[in-house]
Amino acid sequence: MIDRLALDIAHLCAGGLVLVSFMLLYQDRLTGLINTFALHALVVSFSVAWQAYIQQAPQLYITAAIALGVKAVVIPLALHRIIVRLGIHRSIEPVVSIGQTMLAGIGLVALAVMVMLPVTAQAGTLAREDLAFALSVILLGLLMMISRRNAVGQVIGFMSIENGLILAATGAKGMPLVVEISVAFSILIALIVVGIFLFRIRERFETVDIHLLHQHRGEQP
Amino acid sequence: MSELALAAILLVPLAAAALLAALPDDRTTAWLNVLACAITFLAALSLLAVRPAPGHFLIVDDLNIVFIVLTTFVALTTSIFSRSYIGHELESGRLTSVYLRFYHSMYQTLMFAMNLALLANNLGLMWVAVELATLTTVLMVGIYRTEAALEAAWKYFLLGSVGIALALFGTILVYLAARAVVGEGLDAMAWSVLVQKAAGFDPALLNLAFLFLLLGYGTKVGLVPLHAWLPDAHAEGPTPISAVLSGLLLNVALFAILRFKSVMSANPGALAPGPLMVSLGLASVVFAAFMLYRRQDIKRLFAYSSIEHMGIITFAFGMGGPLANFAGLLHMVLHSLTKSAIFFCVGHIAQVKGTQRMPDIRGLTVSHPVLGWGLVLGVVAIAGLPPLGLFMTEFLIVTSTFARQPLLAIVLGLSLLVALGALLARLNGLAFGEPQGRSEPSRASFVPVGAHFALVLVAGVWLPPALVAWFQYVARILS
Repeated sequence: MIDRLALDIAHLCAGGLVLVSFMLLYQDRLTGLINTFALHALVVSFSVAWQAYIQQAPQLYITAAIALGVKAVVIPLALHRIIVRLGIHRSIEPVVSIGQTMLAGIGLVALAVMVMLPVTAQAGTLAREDLAFALSVILLGLLMMISRRNAVGQVIGFMSIENGLILAATGAKGMPLVVEISVAFSILIALIVVGIFLFRIRERFETVDIHLLHQHRGEQP
Repeated sequence: MSELALAAILLVPLAAAALLAALPDDRTTAWLNVLACAITFLAALSLLAVRPAPGHFLIVDDLNIVFIVLTTFVALTTSIFSRSYIGHELESGRLTSVYLRFYHSMYQTLMFAMNLALLANNLGLMWVAVELATLTTVLMVGIYRTEAALEAAWKYFLLGSVGIALALFGTILVYLAARAVVGEGLDAMAWSVLVQKAAGFDPALLNLAFLFLLLGYGTKVGLVPLHAWLPDAHAEGPTPISAVLSGLLLNVALFAILRFKSVMSANPGALAPGPLMVSLGLASVVFAAFMLYRRQDIKRLFAYSSIEHMGIITFAFGMGGPLANFAGLLHMVLHSLTKSAIFFCVGHIAQVKGTQRMPDIRGLTVSHPVLGWGLVLGVVAIAGLPPLGLFMTEFLIVTSTFARQPLLAIVLGLSLLVALGALLARLNGLAFGEPQGRSEPSRASFVPVGAHFALVLVAGVWLPPALVAWFQYVARILS
């Protein structure tokens, strides 16, 4: 049996991640959003490292290092540079009715807990709460992707979903290929999002507001 | 020997991707692309004769061999089509030499990813492969860098990555369900082990996992209501990619669902996966059939037709039973061949007419007889008219459903008629009447189109008994 304190710390990290997800929901400045995301990645990295320690699974330290290096440092820095270059780092992005979004978020967390806890009764205490928290983070990330109109906001929403998945994958004790999966995810994000997409969109539109993209639907007669 | 073939299917595309990214010359690289696909296809054919033993990561079994042979074959014919298509794009300046290198390299990476997804004996490995396939296709959809192409790629990227994120969560849940029975480690993620031990898994966990997997991989199949990326991605990317997307990548995602379905079916306590698949499939058929009307863009039209056909196939597999599974499997193969051949024609048509807008394209059978009649044949086939192969499979699906669920069969049959009406109405405008608008002589290569249509026509008239026996056997395993 894993000792009580180790379990408590694991739950603290996972619960902390859900809290940071809520913080992401109400950031109305891009700079603040990016910084909050860096915090999100920091928490997930610590959480994974703690899982690596209590499960004695040294390969998970690689996943933790990737989360720390890529998502807590490199991507936030790159995003900061991008928004400065675009000159949108000071602008305030109106978030659609914070109150309703937060309420919806609370509903989603309740849903995640109610769905996950009954079905994971056999899965062991560690995986059980972790999965409920992880599903909450994923659902909150989806909510964020829906409520944001800005490409940077959507990308951060997606990356927070990914953090939730990494949390779930490390919580499932002994799952093979977690490192490979986290590497694959990092490639997806690093290559597409930062490397090419934002730059391509910027070249064409001088903005990353995807509202403008919707002008073109290819169906006008 | 068979291990060598297995390695070739994966390593040849990978090596070709690296080589094609490095080589600067335009003409040889297109041939090299064809050559790599040809070697892969031959290696896949050799697996029909001798199969390697299943390993921890790779497996060749009765189900995936069908998909692998189909994938490598369509990849080969598409690469031949791509050669003539890309030549035109270079001349017209839509693509530059640098982008061409990127395009070829991504094409081979996509082939590697799809073959890996099909051959994987491991849930996680398959997921990584599907993710890689998504990544490469997103990059290729955006390759023209027009506003529409970027929007299509962005939409595809967002929906596709949310889809695979949900699928990963489902995969983790399946691992948890398996871990309790099989124990920790690679075995708990291997298909060959999962199907045998599935009876002991926790049904509640499996049910939840399947919901995530169906929604996740279903997004990549293009099932309604998760299809929004599909028409845009088909319309705005290069046409060879539309052909590969419709003909192959949608199948790969469906293959993933089928694998999980067989795990679900092996567990007596778990939710029956059939009704879920039937409802998503039927919704796709009905929705797409009506959406076929009022399309203005020719590639979008056929993209919606792909949604319809993926719906039919999902419906058939959802109904289950040897007959419906057999028809679903055959329908999938024939749809891949027909739809990719249609996209070959459409690609050349869009090039000679300089537009994808259907009101601007008229009288193709007069101005470009071969392309025009090719399109006519393709639309007749895809609409499910006799004597072509898709008529037979649609007939089998509707009649086998009629025996079990008459109401569903009526809805399905009516939607097929609605789709037929839309396609024929469109075809009339495109193919007949006075030629209109810009017109260049076509320098199309007709080998790929001819090969596909010949196969579809033959399948409608006479199926080799060996093939029937093989597909019936696979259908029995599935049910």
